[in-house]
Amino acid sequence: MHLETFAHGDSLIHALDPRAKLLAALLFSVVVGISTTSSVLWAGLCLAVVLLLAAKLPWLALLKRALAVNAFVVFLWLVLPWRLEVGPGLAWNLVFDPRGLHLAGAVTIKANAIIMILIALLGTCPINNLFHALAHLHAPRKLVHLFLFFYRYLHVLHREYHRLNLAMRARGFRPGNNAHTYRTYAQLAGMVLVKSYDRAERVYQAMLCRGFSGEYWLLDHFAWKRRDSMFLSTFVMLMAGLAALGIWGSPWN
Amino acid sequence: MELIRLEGIDFAYPERPHVFKGLDFSLKKGDRLGILGPNGAGKSTLFLIAMGLLKPGAGSVSLFGKPMLAEKDFQGMRTRLGYCFQDPDDQLFSATVLEDVAFGPLNQGKDKAEVRRLVDNTLKTLGLDGFGPRVTYHLSGGERRLVSLATVLAMQPEALLLDEPTAGLDQETEARLESVLMSSQLSWAIISHDREFLQRTCNTLLHLKNGVLTSLGEGSARAGVV
Repeated sequence: MHLETFAHGDSLIHALDPRAKLLAALLFSVVVGISTTSSVLWAGLCLAVVLLLAAKLPWLALLKRALAVNAFVVFLWLVLPWRLEVGPGLAWNLVFDPRGLHLAGAVTIKANAIIMILIALLGTCPINNLFHALAHLHAPRKLVHLFLFFYRYLHVLHREYHRLNLAMRARGFRPGNNAHTYRTYAQLAGMVLVKSYDRAERVYQAMLCRGFSGEYWLLDHFAWKRRDSMFLSTFVMLMAGLAALGIWGSPWN
Repeated sequence: MELIRLEGIDFAYPERPHVFKGLDFSLKKGDRLGILGPNGAGKSTLFLIAMGLLKPGAGSVSLFGKPMLAEKDFQGMRTRLGYCFQDPDDQLFSATVLEDVAFGPLNQGKDKAEVRRLVDNTLKTLGLDGFGPRVTYHLSGGERRLVSLATVLAMQPEALLLDEPTAGLDQETEARLESVLMSSQLSWAIISHDREFLQRTCNTLLHLKNGVLTSLGEGSARAGVV
């Protein structure tokens, strides 16, 4: 399992301090996420594209990600333009409402802009650096732990799932659309769950044996450079500009 | 000095027959115990009870001559015993080798510069130079096993409790593990199914079956331990 498709590269974006990128991505998501102003959304999308280009990422992998996200967005286009009108006597009919299309358009741009920013800024950090960045930024300790364990044991659980799956196939299991398949998959899921519970207990015991008392230690510290300050201050100014545009600009229509 | 003393231990997992009834166990300074026994005989359970991770129904646990009555008593003592779990994936929870090996010493309250030195030395002893920045889940099975040994050795414990340390190791890695153990001055108890390994590394062999520990005589390792 490889989850760090975009993490390694030699672009300027890759070289930025993960803390700067984390803060920038957070700010961007909030400003663009709550905005209903068309110019803000378009500007956000443009900024995201620029950063994505600057990160010099492989196009094919990006395209796959974009398709995965927009598969969900398609449902919005199918559902949002229709309004249910209930008349007297519970008579109902579906009414087409073009405002739904506008809304779907806004959501599409927002979703793509935010995903692109997340890929460009967070995707370009190795995941370990991201939770270090969170810890250095004093995010709640429990959240950082949760993130750390989630990622560490995702691999172990995936291996366990894979082993069980192989063992099933070695005994002639072929999935189909039948009760046997569903029962088997339910058991597989249950087994992975039970195993992960046991695993969690053992991990905790092993941590206790090494004197764990709730503290997660950080040995390494990132080196904040001038270019990180430049990047973050420019980005904050851009976001302030977008926010101002959002307050005084014309709404999405 | 007696490092671990279990007296009159009763233990049973919920809704299962007794694992131990009135079991006595002792690890003294200089002891190198090898523990053999069938699957499910309670070998790992014995270690878990000694570390205070399982609470016996009856009996007493003393570590380093002090009675362990509550979780609080165990907390300060655990890092003086290096307990290495059977599955390295249970042991290695950090993202990088450096962080994982540093975890124990940092919990002991050592300062960061000293911890770095300890980690470097420990990795070097195990032939794992330069492994610090490696990501734990990308290590091979053998490397993972050696790193999990490093995580307990870095705490500079007074004794080791090793649960199946050779399981899944190739000959070369096993030899490396053995030479690291034999060149140390530590006392230990090792659980293993590999009788020959235990004979080479231990001075007393014990057999655990039906809740009873019996001596199988002496192994060949008679290290000059004080």
